[in-house]
Amino acid sequence: MEELLDAIRALGRFPLLVLRLLGDFGIFFGKAVFWTFTPPLKFERLLKQINFIGTKSLSIIALTGGFTGMVLALETFYAMQKFGAEALLGPTVALSMIRELGPVISALMITARAGSALTAEIGIMRITEQIDALEVMALNPFRYLIVPNLLAGLITFPLLTSVFDVVGIYGGYLVGVKLLGVSAGTYFGEMKNYIDMAEVVHGLYKSLSFGVVVTWICCYCGFTTGYGAEGVSKATTRAVVASSVMVLVCDYILTSLLF
Amino acid sequence: MIEAKNLHKTLGGHKVLDGVSFKVEKGEMLALIGKSGVGKSVTLKHIVGLMKPDAGRVFVDGKDILEAKGRSLEQLRSKFGYLFQGGALFDSMTVFDNVAFPLKEKKKLNHQEIRERVLFELEQVGLAGMEKKFPAELSGGMRKRASLARCLVSDPEIMLFDEPTTGLDPLTANTINELILKTYERVRFTGIVVSHEIPGIFSLVHKVAMLYEGKIVAYGTPEEIMEVDNPIVRRFIEAGIEQGRRKRGVREL
Repeated sequence: MEELLDAIRALGRFPLLVLRLLGDFGIFFGKAVFWTFTPPLKFERLLKQINFIGTKSLSIIALTGGFTGMVLALETFYAMQKFGAEALLGPTVALSMIRELGPVISALMITARAGSALTAEIGIMRITEQIDALEVMALNPFRYLIVPNLLAGLITFPLLTSVFDVVGIYGGYLVGVKLLGVSAGTYFGEMKNYIDMAEVVHGLYKSLSFGVVVTWICCYCGFTTGYGAEGVSKATTRAVVASSVMVLVCDYILTSLLF
Repeated sequence: MIEAKNLHKTLGGHKVLDGVSFKVEKGEMLALIGKSGVGKSVTLKHIVGLMKPDAGRVFVDGKDILEAKGRSLEQLRSKFGYLFQGGALFDSMTVFDNVAFPLKEKKKLNHQEIRERVLFELEQVGLAGMEKKFPAELSGGMRKRASLARCLVSDPEIMLFDEPTTGLDPLTANTINELILKTYERVRFTGIVVSHEIPGIFSLVHKVAMLYEGKIVAYGTPEEIMEVDNPIVRRFIEAGIEQGRRKRGVREL
């Protein structure tokens, strides 16, 4: 009888653990939102994080954006050539970049470059009692650590995505126009006919959402890190994996809602 | 005045605190002693509200810090200075910025006033000229001194010291102890020192409490503690004295 009860208890333990984790995660976000709207805002820290997440990710975003556009143009050109629709190369590259690849790949790249560092930084602050020190000084750690990161994510993700889109479209131009012989007028002219502002706005919604999701997950994992170097390493891995998965899940949900 | 009442805490299935109660009067220094892992640091974290007990209460100047929220918690915490085991200096800031941080955030002082206060505190702890260094460039003892300066710069009424001399060589440990004494003479704070350093720590404090298996098993003045018959306390104190002798023995060789 006791064994059966143990088995039932073990069965219930997992969903309880998941529920508790989700609850913690939600409360963490609630606190972050509360402190975002509670002045004063730590403006200097916000600028530092915008520089860290945004400016320092520019080169990797430009590089990946360029190559994504180039390979997209190459693949699309050969596919379209089969039914004589090469003229639609420009709008196809632009639509794919703006609607899908721009927000998603830039979010994944920022997660890898800045998200992991955010988790590690906050995690190390946690295990070396720097966060406790803030609390003992009667200073709220959400105001100093979480809010600037969340806001920096909101500001930088759409900007970096825009850079990714523009560089990607020019990467497609290089391959399509300079390498494969599509005329420049056709490449850009058709783009104007097929893309309206709504596409850009939807891409913007996506990158804003990814900005919140990635910084939320990375900050949470750092803030709740386990003990020692192993704890920080596990938290960083968890943050990158969870952020990447959530970017793809959110992408599907947003795509089905927006388009 | 600090009063811990019947604190209970279980961590990872292990009962760490099992009804811990003690009182520290205003201006009094208490040493919290006991072997490693017995819950001394956990007790200290309960005092300042960094950890919540499963049961029990902590009163700071008559107010329950564990019940306090928002502005009232902020007011209570502003009374504290906490010297963490590892110093807990912000590693992205210089020593100057670390010490200036609480002043910039909490006090309405101009740039010049902040600079004067920070340089004064750094001089008091023997770190004059080190203000541009980052924590990673400092030795363990220097980090503790910088951390002490950061605590003292906001004039705390209550100081909590979490193993202030652990991991330091005897000379640096003596310097830190002298610094604590000197600061006490200057500021007259209420203090709790968590320490293993027996009997060295006894000269710094008015009262001693020994924690064993989650309970306070001895409480009194250092003289009273030295005379206690309880075999657990006796063994701990004798081991401390023996260790001190052995250290001296090695140094004399």
